[in-house]
Amino acid sequence: MARKPLQFQLNGRHQAVFTDDGQNLLDLLRRGVGDLTPKYGCGQGTCGTCTVLIDGEPHLSCLTLAETVDGRQITTTAGLAEGAELHPLQTAFMDNFAAQCGYCTPGMLLAAKALLDRNPSPTREEVVEAISGNICRCTGYEPIINAILDAAGRRNQRRYG
Amino acid sequence: MPVRVETFDSLDAAASALRSTRSARFFGGGTLLMRAANHGDQSFDTLIRARDPSFRHIRSESEGVSIGAGVTMKEIIAHRDLSFLIPAAQAVGGPAVRNMATVGGNLYANSPYGDLAVALLVLGARIEFVGQGGRGVEIEEFMRDRDRHQGSIVRAVVVPRPRDPSSFRFVKVSRVKPKGISLLTIATYLPQSGGRIRGARVAYGAMGPRPLRATAVERLLDGQYLDSATIERAAAAACDGIEPRTDSLASSWYRREVVGIHLKRLLTGDRR
Amino acid sequence: MIEFRKEYFADERDDNLNEIGKPTQRQDALGHVTGRSPYFDDHLFEGLLHIRCVRSPHDHARIRRIDTSAAERMPGVVRIVLGKDVPNNLNTLLSLLDFGIDDEPLISDKKVSYKGEPVAAVIAESERAARDAVAQVRVDWEVLPAVLDVEEAIKPGAPVVNDVYPGNRFVYHGKYDHQKLRFGDVEAAFRQADRIIEGRYQMSPIEQAPTETCGAIAAPETNDRYVVYTSTQALFFSLDTTSKLLRVPSNRLHLIGGTVGGGFGGKVDSLHEPMAVLGTMLTGRPCKYIFDRHEEMQVGAPRGAERWYLKDGVMNDGRIIARKFTGYFDSGAYTRLSSYAIIKAVGHLPGPYTIPNVYADVYCVFTNRTPATAMRGFGITGVDFAIECHMDKIAHELGMDPIELRILNAYRDGDMKAHRRLAKNTALIECCHVAAEKAGWPLSQAARQASSLRDGGGARAEIPHTVTDQHGRVEGYTAGSYAQKKRPSGPAGQARGPQSPASHPSRDSIAVPSSFDRAPQPMSRPAPSAPPASAAVAPPPPPAAQRPAEQHAPEQRRVTRFSSISGLRRR
Repeated sequence: MARKPLQFQLNGRHQAVFTDDGQNLLDLLRRGVGDLTPKYGCGQGTCGTCTVLIDGEPHLSCLTLAETVDGRQITTTAGLAEGAELHPLQTAFMDNFAAQCGYCTPGMLLAAKALLDRNPSPTREEVVEAISGNICRCTGYEPIINAILDAAGRRNQRRYG
Repeated sequence: MPVRVETFDSLDAAASALRSTRSARFFGGGTLLMRAANHGDQSFDTLIRARDPSFRHIRSESEGVSIGAGVTMKEIIAHRDLSFLIPAAQAVGGPAVRNMATVGGNLYANSPYGDLAVALLVLGARIEFVGQGGRGVEIEEFMRDRDRHQGSIVRAVVVPRPRDPSSFRFVKVSRVKPKGISLLTIATYLPQSGGRIRGARVAYGAMGPRPLRATAVERLLDGQYLDSATIERAAAAACDGIEPRTDSLASSWYRREVVGIHLKRLLTGDRR
Repeated sequence: MIEFRKEYFADERDDNLNEIGKPTQRQDALGHVTGRSPYFDDHLFEGLLHIRCVRSPHDHARIRRIDTSAAERMPGVVRIVLGKDVPNNLNTLLSLLDFGIDDEPLISDKKVSYKGEPVAAVIAESERAARDAVAQVRVDWEVLPAVLDVEEAIKPGAPVVNDVYPGNRFVYHGKYDHQKLRFGDVEAAFRQADRIIEGRYQMSPIEQAPTETCGAIAAPETNDRYVVYTSTQALFFSLDTTSKLLRVPSNRLHLIGGTVGGGFGGKVDSLHEPMAVLGTMLTGRPCKYIFDRHEEMQVGAPRGAERWYLKDGVMNDGRIIARKFTGYFDSGAYTRLSSYAIIKAVGHLPGPYTIPNVYADVYCVFTNRTPATAMRGFGITGVDFAIECHMDKIAHELGMDPIELRILNAYRDGDMKAHRRLAKNTALIECCHVAAEKAGWPLSQAARQASSLRDGGGARAEIPHTVTDQHGRVEGYTAGSYAQKKRPSGPAGQARGPQSPASHPSRDSIAVPSSFDRAPQPMSRPAPSAPPASAAVAPPPPPAAQRPAEQHAPEQRRVTRFSSISGLRRR
């Protein structure tokens, strides 16, 4: 089995690893690098729980050929908090009870981060669209939408207040 | 056997590798092939990629807009010359899928996927292949005999711009709001001249194994004013000559029952 | 939005508690938002092996031969497991509660009874290698006729789905091919009723679709034990089922669960832990067995389909004096938890209403569909759907307001329920009040003044003289306990069928009117004046059935709570 060398930035840290031929990015991150925050939910691009950011844009790691991320920047949920300080989205998810079983949460957080990084004051409809590729089976989405709007408000308050 | 991946700098090299490798597939955005690979699809053991920049070009030409087959849905949405395609590109998946899914892949997607291809079909796009000169093939011919093109690489899709943007309409119907898999997708292109429809084109997605034209509806609309009587007649004939598919989302019966209703809503501008 | 209506039952509650009634942060919230909550698959093992199953493409087929020779030669294949490798290859989930006969193999070796049933498992160095080898296993199938409908399955001559129950029906109490509920005399009440209103309702299977698919990882541990990380919702089912199927003492099994990526009932069937531990026993290496999404949807057990026939005896003023149910649960190919779902369902009948005569025959039917299991309120949801549709239908046929009909028939504190427990803490009337208020739905003054706390009990607390019968009686099953400890004597296939066709209730007696119409839309409801106001406030009269006083002694009303699946046996 061919193995290919691969270098990329994961949450700001340099990674140099080997990828198996045909390996998907989810498998590489979880078993190759040991970042267990992206989850497997379907392997077919329908659930969104494996979402990671590649160069700031949401991608489904289960459908991403690992070798294609050579030289790129990857963000996972493990890279959201700065030290002990949670990202405003993480705090807002806690405060709004936006996580129940927690399995969709990493993907939701990253889909939301991609939105807020581009659009700091989204409308409710824009939030809904931003997480439309992420399935949550517990909450009914309302607490998640509220949490993302809440986080946007807090970030803006911190920035301008 | 694990899947082998071969990467080429030019599309031409990739095309010749594809021709000479048994059980190889050309890899675009990955939303179809990685899914198949993840599930152990035994029909291929090699993925062929190309890093050719031309594969991702969007270029305005006299005939229309040439969209490289490697262009993603997100890039379509972001491009000012392609604003007429936004409703169709936006209908594909969530943001992550749209960052990955390509125009070329959409042409090969089996129902219920392939929403963009429904729009391309109704707009009369033309498909150009790598390593094949000439004008390529009309999308309709491509769709009719798609398996024959399995060994070719689509280089670009040339989409005529609708003269009047409002003559193109698109709707994707799904059970899950705001975004779900297509129960059926309808695209209409109804250019008008002197108030009458000239050259009506209507296409469906998820009604058959691949996007198809609703020729009975087109015949009824052609030469008519788009008034309520015409719309009623079109809706009544929405499924003439078409045997809708049954899948886990809806039965053939259900699709037959509702396609006319959604066609009518689309033609009357009733968005709900 | 949650809204607390604390004006109701305020004196039954202390609102000044420190924790109850106040929001509190989940203890796992920090783990969830940092992505660090440890789901079963978040444990890395060096040398992990992957298990994939060879599954039946047929609904029903006999296995003539399994040829694994090509698969064994595939690269990365470590071991191929067949039914004969399972030390004790027959189980039923609730055998742990002495409820039901072992009827399901972990890996089938004689026949398959549903599409996706496993007949072999491949253990390989990678998931891809396991998938490739699965594709190389050749099974010689003898395809059998399949039955996919509950009522077709119990007709004479239907294909036998599950050899342990040759009548395609679970056997209750070792005696009957269905679960019975008898309360009063419905037939006598039907003769007194002004109208008979019938209906047929059904619900399709529903997949729980957790975002995390079901799975488990097993690994050799020190002290001659196996550690198992699992997605299970039912750790002790998984522990004991693994112990039983693999003949391993449970103290050699160290199961770790607790972090579940969504379950909703679909993670109680204990299919993965035994397979993962078996793989580890056979290879000495860590083994992971996980459903992919396709398997989760096709093979993972759903909430089962149900079909219900209701027949009500109704007075023109809206009082329901008799309600008869015939229910069919589609258990799929094996029992799993459907037998228990029916116990729950029958305990719930006739819904939150005080009806003096209630009768139910509910069948747990085996068909060639995916075995069904738990899901959020299973056993209750389907029949509640049927009951509430039927209430609307009654209101429609009587020209009565559907909410007032419910208030009129609602159970009240102190009423006797059909399962012979006194109703307490009832609140249907108050729920109706709030629902009507929220919907801007006018209620008569009498309906508004009704209360769950008033007008219950008394004659409504009595257990009526009850007509019993023996129909559906089966022989050959041990009736010494609540469940059946022994299989029927003789080979299963030759055991006497649970019943002769003649003993089955005639389909005619619960025939459905062909012109079933839907209940009206709320907007076009009849004027509220339709029922007399006095009827809306006055509770129904005492049970209409004859109630010879000597037949029921006061001890039937017990104060103590009794909750177990065998609750219906309490007399």
